[in-house]
Amino acid sequence: MLPIGHYLFLGLALFIIGVIGVVTRRNVIVILMSIELILNAVNINLVAFSRLYGDVAGQVFALFIIADAAAEAAVGLGIIIAFFRNRETVLEDEMDLLKW
Amino acid sequence: MTPSGYFLEHLWLIPLFPLVTAALMLFLGRRLPNAAVSILCVGSVGLSFLFALGAVTQLVSADPEYRVAQHILFEWLTPGQMQLSTGHLIRFTADWGYLLDPLSSVMVLVVTGVGFLIHIYSIGYMGHEGGYYRFFGYMNLFMFSMLTLVLANNMLLMFVGWEGVGLCSYLLIGFYFLRKSASDAGKKAFIVNRIGDAGFILGILLTAVTFGTIRFTSVGLTNVAADSGIRQALEAAFGSHALAAGAPVFTTIALLLFVGACGKSAQIPLYVWLPDAMEGPTPVSALIHAATMVTAGVYMVVRMNAIYQLSPFAMDVVAVVGVVTAIFAASMALVQNDIKKVLAYSTISQLGYMFLALGAGAFAAGIFHLMTHAFFKALLFLGAGSVIHAMSGEQDIQKMGGLGDKIQVTARTFFVAALAIAGIPPLAGFFSKDEILARAFDKNPALWIVGFVTAGMTAFYMFRLVFLTISGYSRADEHAQKHIHESPYTMTIPLIILAVLSVIGGWSGSGRFEKFLEPVMSTIGVPAAPAKVVEAWSATEILLMLGSIAVAIAGIWFAYEFYRTKRFAPELVARKMGGFYRVLFHKYYVDEIYDALFVNRTKDLGTLLGQFDAKVIDGVGVDGTGWLARFGSTLSMWWDKWIIDGLLNFGAKMTQLLSFPIRFLQTGTFSSYALLILVGLAILLAYCQQHLHVVLRGAR
Repeated sequence: MLPIGHYLFLGLALFIIGVIGVVTRRNVIVILMSIELILNAVNINLVAFSRLYGDVAGQVFALFIIADAAAEAAVGLGIIIAFFRNRETVLEDEMDLLKW
Repeated sequence: MTPSGYFLEHLWLIPLFPLVTAALMLFLGRRLPNAAVSILCVGSVGLSFLFALGAVTQLVSADPEYRVAQHILFEWLTPGQMQLSTGHLIRFTADWGYLLDPLSSVMVLVVTGVGFLIHIYSIGYMGHEGGYYRFFGYMNLFMFSMLTLVLANNMLLMFVGWEGVGLCSYLLIGFYFLRKSASDAGKKAFIVNRIGDAGFILGILLTAVTFGTIRFTSVGLTNVAADSGIRQALEAAFGSHALAAGAPVFTTIALLLFVGACGKSAQIPLYVWLPDAMEGPTPVSALIHAATMVTAGVYMVVRMNAIYQLSPFAMDVVAVVGVVTAIFAASMALVQNDIKKVLAYSTISQLGYMFLALGAGAFAAGIFHLMTHAFFKALLFLGAGSVIHAMSGEQDIQKMGGLGDKIQVTARTFFVAALAIAGIPPLAGFFSKDEILARAFDKNPALWIVGFVTAGMTAFYMFRLVFLTISGYSRADEHAQKHIHESPYTMTIPLIILAVLSVIGGWSGSGRFEKFLEPVMSTIGVPAAPAKVVEAWSATEILLMLGSIAVAIAGIWFAYEFYRTKRFAPELVARKMGGFYRVLFHKYYVDEIYDALFVNRTKDLGTLLGQFDAKVIDGVGVDGTGWLARFGSTLSMWWDKWIIDGLLNFGAKMTQLLSFPIRFLQTGTFSSYALLILVGLAILLAYCQQHLHVVLRGAR
């Protein structure tokens, strides 16, 4: 059995890739995909610690997060389509109405 | 033996037939073909005539003293308790009921009979006109109203018919409403009649509070005890000496009713509408403004004869107004050039004769003249219509002439009618006019003299018309001459029937006619008739009769010399008597005087009230309120702008000022927010690592 550190590094790598994607990419669909990466990084951490402590609650949480990610993707894509119909763009730096 | 039978029990059907077709015409007529309109409308009047004939036949089969049939359909107005002028409280009702007695028999036969003939005539006359269904709808509505008027068993229902015929008169005078003169004439007729109607309705109200009833008589009713008539109330009042002959209330009622009669029957001073009413189609002039509606006033006075006979003063007024109208209108007829205008003034003059008869106490003679006049004046108007038809719409007799050969039926029947109205024996007009003049002589020879002169003038102007239209040479232009043609059969057959009636209409003799009407005449408070009236053919009467024949012939001879042989030149006479001629030609300037005295004063009042409205109501009231509202809103606007908005703007400005550096962090792009969150989280985590390791270790 692999030590816990390997799993945590994989989770950390996925998390950092996701965060960089969210912060740097302009396309909202890519940002949405990056959020999925972050969520999966969390899942890996939860499952790893569940194995380490022999407590199944962490794996149940991971399942919840998968369901939540699916719902979040559906809502997010819906918002993007609605927005595209109005503004004909999916680039986030053009979505600048929420300012002072 | 009381009269009974199918027709008497169904009296209400007589006015109902024309009402049904009138409603059909006015609601659906536009979609009906002309043939259907003719059949329905003329047929309904024909049915009314048949039913009227049946009812009268059944009525006269009874003995004279029982010749009353009364049929109440329903209680119409029940205002309940009413206080009489004596202070008694009584229960007052007006019913919707029909009364047939000798008087209304004569009227209903004249109205339906002459009306039926004129309806047939209209098929031909109106055939080429637009609004055919509308014309017949109005005509049938008129028949309904007129039949309601003559068959009503009380004054209020009579008034309904009275107003109905006035309305139809207005509608039909203004039939060609696109012509301003026609719509003006309609309005004039309606407004002048309103003045008379005001008198009539006051008379009805005074009758109601004096006698407690407005039903003419209770004879013929089954439930007599509860329902007294005016006649019975009068008898009772006389029996109890509550009222005596000559009481002021009789004079007041009689004069008020006479005001109504003056309006409807075109007597001085309310006659001015009738000449203008000639703007309507000619069958309308014949039916409404010659034969039936204008005689409603005469009928009403005869119907109320019980009250008139108790007021000698009112009788004098009626006689004088009648005779003055007769000569006044006849003098205007002498010089008119419009064929229908001559006939209109002639109608006014003849109505004056009828009122002269009524004023002289010869009610039967008045109704007799009403009947014969309906025949020959309807014939004259229809003949004139046929002449106008032949002349392509020309009405000026100066442009006619020589029509006798070309339109023979019209010319001959017109000639018969002219003889009848002139009073040549043995035609109808002679008998009735002679009787009126004889009775006028009995009352006062002065009345007779005026009537006598009028008779001469009547013969003159009638034959002036005859000689200028049907004899001599034609003065029309070539186009019109070429077009002259006899009218279709639908027009000539009524002419022939009316011509026959104009000849034989008076043969019953006024004596027998008077006997027939006797049950209707009141004997309350009237001294028994002096013996000399009963004894016929006294020397005076024969002399008077010869005199009226002589004056008629003299009138015709003058007309002949003036307009046929031209031995006297009418132009020369007109020039020699220039001033008088001008006054006659301009109809005594009565229209101008009325305009100056009443019409323009009413307009002035209207202008004054209009100015009051503009200056005071609009100026002070409306504009003032408007100014106040504007001033208030200006104040309110100032408050709103500087105080309310000012506070708001102040708050907003302060917020803007205070948020100066920070608000630039809000870029609107969420990647910058995400970066800020990340940095914040990193700082937070670093802080936790440094200072809160105790807490984290504790969680382990």
